Amino acid sequence: MIENLVGRYARMRLDGREHRIYFEEAGQGIPLLCLHTAGSDGRQYRAVLNDPEVTRHFRVIAFDMPWHGKSSPPEGWEKEDYRLTTGSYTSMIMAVARELGLERPVVMGCSIGGRIVLNLALKHARELRALIGLQSAAYVERYYDAGWLDHAEVHGGRACGGLAYGLMSPLSPEAQRWETVWHYMQGGPGVFSGDLYFYQVEGDIRERIGAIDTKLCPLYMLTGEYDYSASPRDTEAAAARIPGAKVTIMKGLGHFPMSENPDTFLSYLRPVLDEIRGGK
Amino acid sequence: MIERIAELVNADPAIVRWGRHMNETFMLEVGETQYLVTVDRGLISSIEKGPFVMRPWRFAIRAKKECWDKFWQQPPAPGWHDLFALLRRGDVVFEGDQRVLMAYLLYLKLVLAIPRRFS
Repeated sequence: MIENLVGRYARMRLDGREHRIYFEEAGQGIPLLCLHTAGSDGRQYRAVLNDPEVTRHFRVIAFDMPWHGKSSPPEGWEKEDYRLTTGSYTSMIMAVARELGLERPVVMGCSIGGRIVLNLALKHARELRALIGLQSAAYVERYYDAGWLDHAEVHGGRACGGLAYGLMSPLSPEAQRWETVWHYMQGGPGVFSGDLYFYQVEGDIRERIGAIDTKLCPLYMLTGEYDYSASPRDTEAAAARIPGAKVTIMKGLGHFPMSENPDTFLSYLRPVLDEIRGGK
Repeated sequence: MIERIAELVNADPAIVRWGRHMNETFMLEVGETQYLVTVDRGLISSIEKGPFVMRPWRFAIRAKKECWDKFWQQPPAPGWHDLFALLRRGDVVFEGDQRVLMAYLLYLKLVLAIPRRFS
């Protein structure tokens, strides 16, 4: 059996450097651009890409950020520390959308992706049809030392996998949870922690989210109840400052809803996509 | 219950394999009660109950008994289901050599969740 999704590479310049960005896509219709979590890759959206109910109306695209999955780091990577920032992340997403010819896409992101959709809502609302933040919070303070995730005397794959494991719901299916862990175990050295620089240090957006105008671009926030990184309380605190933001707390799900328990996640996502499609 | 952790871990190769290179003693504190857990190539060779006098350990994991009780419920409630969930709440303390703790994080999470099988 061959799945309907296809994977290709797009060449583009990001922050003045040449990149070869891997993306997978399936379906036709409204573009739905999916953003993976810190230290992982687009495989997290495998079930969304494979859901005929979604792909009947949406062109679903999941790309691997540079340094992640099958998107290699740029030339000269060996001389630098990777660090994601609000600016580089935002411009990357808009560049990918432009390069792939996506007209007013819906952007759905999880965790760091759930954070950056808040900045997209502030900076690019008119260019986007809707935004979906999964495990979306305006800020998460550092409650552990992320330096251990990139340390020569700690196996990065094991440590990153160990961290990701606990962020999931104990109720999610074993096989999907362990696949999610595997994606984390495959990250390059310093990549997860480089993403966490945005998530836990630079990307604090608390003071700015009050200016989000959900009439320009609807904002949906879906959060799994077992997430303690971007917890339901964190999502609700952010939503309380954004008039019109629509919050759903997803029962029994954790920090990686689309990957750890695809069936349950899709049951929450489909009505949101229906609403976006209906333009309500 | 704590002492039975050894028996269940040692009988579960899917857990032991994640600790295959671990040869360490760590302190597990459940409220006022201290335990020294010794790991030998992923197998738990002993769990001793304190109090202890001048016994060394590589790292310590300390939490109140009420916290462990919630952590060990099956299924655990949101926010009580993972060691780092307790950490973010401020309900667990890690001391000592954090490098070793992080190197065996996945193993330790699986080991410390074992008592859920009793509930």
